[in-house]
Amino acid sequence: MAETKSQTPKLDELEKGRWPSFVKEIKTAAQKSPMAADLLGQLELSYNEKIGHWKHGGIVGVMGYGGGVIGRYSDVPDKFPNVSHFHTIRINQPAGWFYTSDALRKLCDIWERHGSGLTNMHGSTGDIIFLGTSTPHLEPIFSELTQAGFDLGGSGSDVRTPSCCVGPARCEWACYDTLALAYDLTMNYQDELHRPAFPYKFKFKMSGCPNDCVASIARADCSIIGTWRDSIQMDKDAVREYADRGMDIRSEVVDNCPAKCMDWDGKELHIDNSYCRRCMHCINIMPKALRPGKDRGAVVLLGSKAPIIEGALLSSVLMPFIKIEAPYRQIKDVIERIWDLWCEEGKNRERIGEFIQRVGLGNFLEAIDVEPVAEMVAHPRENPYVFYEEYFVEDEEEEKK
Amino acid sequence: MPEAMQERLTDIGPPHYEKFLPPVIKQNYGKWKYHEVLKPGVMVHVSETGAKLFTVRAGSPRLVSTDKIRKYAELADKYCDGFLRFTSRHNVEFLLTKQENIDPLIKDLKALGHPVGGLQNSISSIVHTQGWIHCHSAATDASGIVKAVMDELADYFETMVLPGKLRIALACCLNMCGAVHCSDIAILGIHRRPPKIDHDNLHKTCEIPSVSASCPTAAIRPATVGGKPSVEVIEERCMFCANCYTVCPSMKLNDPLNDGVSIWVGGKVSNARHEPMFSKLAIPFLPNNPPRWPEVTDAVKNLVELWAKNARKYERMGEWIERIGWPRFFKMAGIEFRKEHIDDFKHAGLTFKRSTHLNY
Repeated sequence: MAETKSQTPKLDELEKGRWPSFVKEIKTAAQKSPMAADLLGQLELSYNEKIGHWKHGGIVGVMGYGGGVIGRYSDVPDKFPNVSHFHTIRINQPAGWFYTSDALRKLCDIWERHGSGLTNMHGSTGDIIFLGTSTPHLEPIFSELTQAGFDLGGSGSDVRTPSCCVGPARCEWACYDTLALAYDLTMNYQDELHRPAFPYKFKFKMSGCPNDCVASIARADCSIIGTWRDSIQMDKDAVREYADRGMDIRSEVVDNCPAKCMDWDGKELHIDNSYCRRCMHCINIMPKALRPGKDRGAVVLLGSKAPIIEGALLSSVLMPFIKIEAPYRQIKDVIERIWDLWCEEGKNRERIGEFIQRVGLGNFLEAIDVEPVAEMVAHPRENPYVFYEEYFVEDEEEEKK
Repeated sequence: MPEAMQERLTDIGPPHYEKFLPPVIKQNYGKWKYHEVLKPGVMVHVSETGAKLFTVRAGSPRLVSTDKIRKYAELADKYCDGFLRFTSRHNVEFLLTKQENIDPLIKDLKALGHPVGGLQNSISSIVHTQGWIHCHSAATDASGIVKAVMDELADYFETMVLPGKLRIALACCLNMCGAVHCSDIAILGIHRRPPKIDHDNLHKTCEIPSVSASCPTAAIRPATVGGKPSVEVIEERCMFCANCYTVCPSMKLNDPLNDGVSIWVGGKVSNARHEPMFSKLAIPFLPNNPPRWPEVTDAVKNLVELWAKNARKYERMGEWIERIGWPRFFKMAGIEFRKEHIDDFKHAGLTFKRSTHLNY
């Protein structure tokens, strides 16, 4: 236990200051958990040596699952024996990250019995993260979590835990029910989520409007972003109220419109909705006066990812507009065709965005049976190196005459 | 054991979200009409039915103990009938129906050390990764830099005085678990030396063809070293991405002398006004200097304040830079433009200046 009394002058410095301190959180947990105490000691060592002290993850998990637990081992277990195992558990968050105090307490009870007492609320993909436990605790944690109604999230080459914005639960801009779709896809793809069988990870993120609060266009292999087809709903009196209260409608609203499809004559705001790009700016700054239209649905985009391996990508348009209605067959059908192709042809550790870059979007669309449309490109090709597939043969031409 | 096996539940998925929605949300689901920000960190959503839901948003270190979660739960019981949620940027949000509970809740949150804010034209919490707390490939710590930066910028969380939204994110290596590549300011841990190959163990722990195939620049090829099967790295081709290390533990890139931090600017994910954009390189290298990384905090603060002073209303960092031009940005920020700023990966030519639209 001598090691648990690590001196931590560098980390103590981070207890000071205005922002809530993670060091205080670790110290709080360390009052009950030797694991948290050794974590603090090992982190101080990293701060002194300017290098991390974790080994590559080993393969650990719960029976029947291939994901959800990230194995982690210290490379200085002699100094910090209580973190010689320090595995992470990913727990599938409820859609929209809503909780009751009772549900949170149940999770805390389980984690205090079996782990370091440290968590991330939440991890980058959206899961509840339990940071730090050892292999013998994994099955008991899993059993207690499932008894409490929770299940593990994804890790490795599988469907990663889908996540969504707050949606219609608390947002007037939600153009479809993001929580319902996130829940439905999560339940529908439990096998794909828990048993890695893909070339690499596959992330779904659902945003209710083009503000994209869950960053789906940058972070999801499949980004489903709400939008509308008809006209922005306008309350003309409320627009005037914004103007009366000091908003400069011309400079703040009209001049910021990327489509230049608005005009303000000092009394009335005019929008040529046929040119509106659904960017959200005017709606964002006048939420009492403007709202998305009534014919709502979503754009489905594919392929975003961080740089590793072939460079970062943003998602690009696959379906310019679809209605989002249970049982969501239109999305599931296309996703399952994509998975079939990618599982057959994708290389190891190749994300769907990289796969599309390699085979060509045109070929990819053909293989998944989706017609190309102009909305899928920023502009048509600039180079003439076209793989023409259609041509005439002299005899056939003769016959046609 | 067999008995336990029978009870074993699998593939039950997460709890249904409806179980955790407060009554005011269940009654007004999909009926919200508009919202207003009442003051920093506080907003009200008003329903078609006239019902009101107040939200109080508080910053969090993301890494929280169960004790802290229990304190959140107590506050939710005290003021919100037990209902709360978290945001995509790790903030905690309390959901109230009684307006008179707002100020006492804020007082309790502040006593707990949690600032209230992060709405509208402010800095929200920094999205970040695990760093030295939990990751094998980290080139820097995550929580420590985030804490040091937010200590400096807390005012901008608790007020709404900025021109527009500012989103900061940190990733401790190029894997970018935090996908920082579309942030107004991204803090990115970097390696600067090729892998140090453990020839004695590589053949025992890794598949040589996979290691070789993992390199995006084909810098790794099979080789026999000291009579053992291993690989060699063509060092001038290595761009320090560490993908080989992800695939093989015997290709360690971590290097305390040369690892550090780079700063990227001007990305966004929202479609508002300008289309989503990637962040671009502003500062190629800053040293790892724990516990407070003063070079990094100064650089970030300088960028925030430069943008705050010069951008037009609603203009995000990237929109501002696009308007004034990159040469002027570098001059104003006092950042030297160097060879590292020029792209040399795929499609690099698309980033060259291909016009005479310049100002002097």
